[in-house]
Amino acid sequence: MAIGKNVPRVDAVAKVTGRARYTDDYHMPGMLHAGYVRSTIAHGRVTRIDTAQAAALPGVEAVYTFEDVPQTLFATAGHPYSLDPAHMDVADRLLLTGHVRYHGDEVAVVVARDRLTLQAAIAKVAVEYEPYPVMVEGAAALAEGAFEIHAGSRNRIGESRYQTGQDVDAALAAAPIRIESHYRSRIVQHCHIENHIALAYMDDLDQITIISSTQIPHIARRIVGEALGLPWGQIRVIKPYIGGGFGAKQDVVLEPMVAWLTRRLDGRPVQIDLSREECMIGTRIRHPFDIALRAGADEEGRLLAMDLDVISNSGAYASHGHSVAAAGGAKMRSLYPNAQVRYHAQTVYANIPAAGAMRAYGSPQVLFAVECAVEEAARRCGMDPLAFRLKNVVRPGDKDGLTGKPFLSCGLVECLEKGRALIGWDEKRAALAGGQDGPIRRGLGVACFSYASGTFPVCLEIAGARIILNQDGSVHVQVGATEIGQGSDTVVAQMAAETLGIPYEKVHVVSTQDTDVAPFDTGAYASRQAYVVSNAVKRAAEELKEKILAQAQYMTGIDSAALDLQGGAVVYVEAPERRVMLLGDLALASYYDKEHGGGQLTADVSLKTRTNAPTFGCTFVEVEVDIPLCRITIREICNVHDSGRILHPIMAAGQVQGGAAMGIGAALYEELLVDAESGWIYNNNLLDYKFPTPVDIPEIGWAFVETTEPTSGYGNKSLGEPPIISPPAAIRNALWDATGVKIDTLPLTPHRLFRHFKKAGLI
Amino acid sequence: MRQTIAITLNGSPRRFDVDVRQSLMEVLREQAGTLSVKQGCGVGECGACTVLIDDAPVDSCIYLAVWADGRAVRTTEGECRDGQLSPVQQAFVEEGAVQCGICTPGFVMAATALTERRPGEPLDRDAIRRGLAGNLCRCTGYATIVTAVEKCICREEE
Ligand code: FES
Ligand code: FES
Repeated sequence: MAIGKNVPRVDAVAKVTGRARYTDDYHMPGMLHAGYVRSTIAHGRVTRIDTAQAAALPGVEAVYTFEDVPQTLFATAGHPYSLDPAHMDVADRLLLTGHVRYHGDEVAVVVARDRLTLQAAIAKVAVEYEPYPVMVEGAAALAEGAFEIHAGSRNRIGESRYQTGQDVDAALAAAPIRIESHYRSRIVQHCHIENHIALAYMDDLDQITIISSTQIPHIARRIVGEALGLPWGQIRVIKPYIGGGFGAKQDVVLEPMVAWLTRRLDGRPVQIDLSREECMIGTRIRHPFDIALRAGADEEGRLLAMDLDVISNSGAYASHGHSVAAAGGAKMRSLYPNAQVRYHAQTVYANIPAAGAMRAYGSPQVLFAVECAVEEAARRCGMDPLAFRLKNVVRPGDKDGLTGKPFLSCGLVECLEKGRALIGWDEKRAALAGGQDGPIRRGLGVACFSYASGTFPVCLEIAGARIILNQDGSVHVQVGATEIGQGSDTVVAQMAAETLGIPYEKVHVVSTQDTDVAPFDTGAYASRQAYVVSNAVKRAAEELKEKILAQAQYMTGIDSAALDLQGGAVVYVEAPERRVMLLGDLALASYYDKEHGGGQLTADVSLKTRTNAPTFGCTFVEVEVDIPLCRITIREICNVHDSGRILHPIMAAGQVQGGAAMGIGAALYEELLVDAESGWIYNNNLLDYKFPTPVDIPEIGWAFVETTEPTSGYGNKSLGEPPIISPPAAIRNALWDATGVKIDTLPLTPHRLFRHFKKAGLI
Repeated sequence: MRQTIAITLNGSPRRFDVDVRQSLMEVLREQAGTLSVKQGCGVGECGACTVLIDDAPVDSCIYLAVWADGRAVRTTEGECRDGQLSPVQQAFVEEGAVQCGICTPGFVMAATALTERRPGEPLDRDAIRRGLAGNLCRCTGYATIVTAVEKCICREEE
């Protein structure tokens, strides 16, 4: 039995010894290095480009400009292909562009024999621009007659709305307590430690092989095919270990370019390895949201209705387009299903870097607004914010307001109770009840979230698993699901061991996905993998087990129904301590017996999951605020999650701590600064964009409320993304509790605190 | 301009012919084949390229290869001997201090220096955090890494 145990992580030794290979560790003799010439303005048109000096530099192999690339627009989002034309991603990219749309846009590409020459050559490409009006904020891009960032778009990428209940307006009008506010989040960048990198080469005249740091190898294959107008089968994408992605690599960024370059350069290997500075602007960011929210509650503390109006800023290119705003709105619905909700969102272009997927995909922005408003409703009712939430949050048996489907596994109330005890909510609140007036004040905050375990029914959910019995009785498992640090290979091994009935150590998971051989799966995103892969692995393991037992019957004459596989041996169902034969002996006979046997016993399953389990949780935090220094210190913080059954407690805790740490970064420190007038980016490096270091992150507590989700193979639900969602609102609510100052824009930097404290007369 | 440097790499004497503009990180990755040395920024911000030079942690991306001439360089490859993980590596495995793993070799070296520096001297979690402040990890939130180092120090004390 491997599920629920802290088995050794399958890739831990490879990683601590430095032997795990990442994309940059695949060097090829004669490999060329390519790099972009990036625009020095945020919006405009190239009027002249002179590459002669760069091309003349010894060691430069080629320089291509936007005039040399194919003129087929393509979409980059790491979404499954859609058969419905209305649901296709927005195709608004070329490999290079003469119309630059953000500070750092790609106008030319240089290929050189070594990196030093490459950098020198890039600096020698001379570019002149005609500037266009710069629009940094979504509202500016939406204004009547605004300059079109993409011709014909009116700067709009998408729009959606939904409503639950009878009449949100009437409910709000009748509500004795009404809240109306505006919530904003600013630009956050993923900052995975391995920057984007990809390498491509050709072994013959048709096939292009790409090695890439991607979360989505199978999707990348399709998009490269689309971008270059090539049959998808000619593209092969290999994904080795990757050094973090958090959504920025759920997008096709470098792959089409390296593929195009190797074709232009006789199949020679070409690598693009972005610098940190490029990676922070030239890949993806988190969408900044502006949310106008109205909410209503009654005096008994019932949340009656919420009305959200969202502008999601997608920046220079559509990438994931409107999906992020739509998903954030849809996943929020499970949290307070008894309140009526109206959700309207628009996604727009602007002259900032392109926004894409980032951990929890729209939910952090939407739930920040919701949990700030709920806090206000609670306080206006004169209620403990925790008691208010306990009264209103989802409970088992509640139904989704739109689909009418009941929530099957749901432990949010228990999460809140557990967090209450962990942080000592009641005692701490009682201690603070007397009020504070010194320069250092304490406050308590709580916030909840709801999320999902995939993208169904909006997108396809498909997973593949292949399990092969080796000659020695061990198995190899191949999945299309990608390990990106979250531990997916390890839980796949646990699942296979559990269902097959063999020791965990006998399961080898092939970590690398190679689209030529790996089963099809769309990849790591939406916290989907452990959920959707569970059903595929389980079914494959069951099929293989059946074949193994049939082989045992064949060899022994004992009815397979009387046999089971346990601990790596065939045993009697009725008497598991009685061993019939070792799996290794069975496998040898199956492979090599000249007369009999099934050969290589293999199960190969491709499965579509047509369910999507909501997950829940909350953050509790106690802060200390130094008013004169405008600084927030977290004294205590803990996240409590209902993620169904916990497959691996240590790794699950790691997801919670890592995600909550990212949430703390977004709450207190992180913002990519864009000049409001010029669109210039000030801090695209890790010194000036400060994501938390070891000394900035407090000890993060965690706990789980284990439920069993009936729609998943092992009772598990999503966990990878959710921990990032609720810390910011909890911290903001604690700041309010401590100081009486409520701030509706993230991040809560000293700069922002200073302005608000000043206005409130605190300093 | 090129220059020949002699270093002791993970205990073995090695000579490399280097471009004087090259960083130690580049030479370790491209010539020595010690691919555990990772690059996260190339300018001294992230610590992914941390190696030990005469047992002190250094960002090898901003350390010229020629400066290493005559010195002893340690990378993560050298910490595992005869198939045995070092105490730090072992603790990282046990405590779940590894996620995507790209920062791990750098952290292993920084933590090795920290645990070796003043043997027997107790370090609390805050001191460990300060000792690792030059290394960034975006996956773990650091707690498991701090616990791993704490465990090594406790083991040494036993
Ligand atoms: S790569 Fe050397 S410090 Fe980041
Ligand atoms: S484990 Fe991914 S950056 Fe540290």
